[in-house]
Amino acid sequence: MLSVKTDNACHSRSDNKKRDFISDRTKAIPPSGIRRFFDLAGQMEDVISLGVGEPDYSTPWHICDAAISSIEQGHTAYTSNTGMEPLRRELAGFIQDQYHVEYDPASEMIITTGVSEGLDIVIRAVTDPGDEVLVIDPSYVSYSPCVTMAGGVPVPVPCTEKDRFRLSPDVLMEHITPRSKVLILNFPNNPTGGVMRHEDLKAIADVVIDHDLLILSDEVYAELTYEGHHTATASIEGLWDRTVTLSGFSKAFAMTGWRLGYICAPPDITAATLKIHQYVMLSAPTMSQYAALEALKNGKEAMQEMVREYHLRRNLFVDGLNRIGLPCHVPEGAFYAFPSVKGTGLTDFEFAERLITEAGVAVVPGNVFGNSGIGHVRCSYAVSRQELTEAVRRMDEFIRSLP
Amino acid sequence: MDDIDRSLLSLLEEDCSTSLHDLAVMLGCSDEEVEKRKANLEKDGIIRRYSAVINWEQVDKGSVYAIIELKVAPERDHGFDRIAARISRFANVRDLRLRTGTHDLQLLVKGKSMQEIARFVAEHIAPMERIRETATHIIMKTYKENGVLYVEREDGQRLPFSF
Ligand SMILES: Cc1ncc(COP(=O)(O)O)c(C=O)c1O
Repeated sequence: MLSVKTDNACHSRSDNKKRDFISDRTKAIPPSGIRRFFDLAGQMEDVISLGVGEPDYSTPWHICDAAISSIEQGHTAYTSNTGMEPLRRELAGFIQDQYHVEYDPASEMIITTGVSEGLDIVIRAVTDPGDEVLVIDPSYVSYSPCVTMAGGVPVPVPCTEKDRFRLSPDVLMEHITPRSKVLILNFPNNPTGGVMRHEDLKAIADVVIDHDLLILSDEVYAELTYEGHHTATASIEGLWDRTVTLSGFSKAFAMTGWRLGYICAPPDITAATLKIHQYVMLSAPTMSQYAALEALKNGKEAMQEMVREYHLRRNLFVDGLNRIGLPCHVPEGAFYAFPSVKGTGLTDFEFAERLITEAGVAVVPGNVFGNSGIGHVRCSYAVSRQELTEAVRRMDEFIRSLP
Repeated sequence: MDDIDRSLLSLLEEDCSTSLHDLAVMLGCSDEEVEKRKANLEKDGIIRRYSAVINWEQVDKGSVYAIIELKVAPERDHGFDRIAARISRFANVRDLRLRTGTHDLQLLVKGKSMQEIARFVAEHIAPMERIRETATHIIMKTYKENGVLYVEREDGQRLPFSF
């Protein structure tokens, strides 16, 4: 019989001196300012959380079922580094169909473990130490740290409310230096919901081409576009050759936990990125690839149903915010509203902290997403209409309670 | 019937107690327009009525539901319509459909007990002229009805914050 010794466990901690093992590069990443909100939310009961950056839907069942079947059939091995061929082929058709951009599934596409992995490896593939990477601000929290870890220098480029949270060519120009190499875009945008329309993208294309920049375009919210149709960056004349399109299944198909995304890029960049992908990830999760294949083949209706619902919620919520005195630009995509809280006399941090403790509504302070987010809070409307209505009521009460 | 009408119908189907104003805000039109559209949909008989979805199994444990299938000899000129009209007048017949397959008509019947349903079939349905065969299936448990789940589902927990 095996006996397990419990008293003399061998993972004892000693206080003998060791050096500081943490790399300077990691230390250069600022600590997340949001930790204490997690802690606050954890302590409170009856909180309505508008702090969540993912759909409130479960993955449509036929998609889950496809993954379950794939496991039952024993498809549990690695796939090719670039991802299953049928998935890439289906995806190329989807992108062509939806966004009028052509990619060769054999040489211009990699299936990744979420957009998260895609961002990391593509940034590493194109960044040399000291290269400046222009990052729209406010934006998703991963971009700048990934650039820092790759040895690059993130340079925030403001997309402010007066520009309807779009990137203006003049502002872009002001931030370009001889070291600028890459521009990271994300439209529809997290956290603002801002969208660059065809003409807006055309307006920055000249600047990008003149300064010989590469665009990394995170279009993970593409399907969640409410006014008209999404314009893919790579579909703009002159930009295909200098654009890497990143997207995935997390948002549109309610598949955040499956960890599945993709990179589409010109063949040289795809090949370089693939070198990193094969060593750090080998291949994206196989069962998730089967799920994604089903999502592309038969999931469009369920997806459109969810998009319609987000659209209705957006109208309801943004109307509510404006009514209670939190001015909010109408977000044309994603599922975030980004109202200004300047009128309350509180900073975005104070507002968010007091709102959660005094009113039980969790939102994310805007400056988490960069300096241009200061004075705003990000509210996700990927929650039920009942919760949205109740959240607006609580926020209204909270604002009235302020002196 | 345009997209706004369709959206309005889905919203009402899901929750017909939604206020006129909230409907208008969500659909991006005025309160008056929603009121007019709603009235038209009612007038055209597209909206049949407004009702609540109730899990009666939870309220009166005494009720019994049964699906009853009928083989019927159709009538010249009228097919199944006249006999269906006759059956549909019984108040305890909740649903009635003509369908393909082994039987022709399918009823959903509500009763206080199995005996009551057996008596209804034996005394009112089976003796009708043209009914060739009946098959009665007692419902034991409802899991989902009209798109609404009746069983508690554990929804996946989301983190309170994520970016
Ligand atoms: C703009 C943006 N990009 C990427 C991601 C991460 O996506 P994935 O789940 O595909 O890694 C998110 C998630 O919140 C996001 O908001």
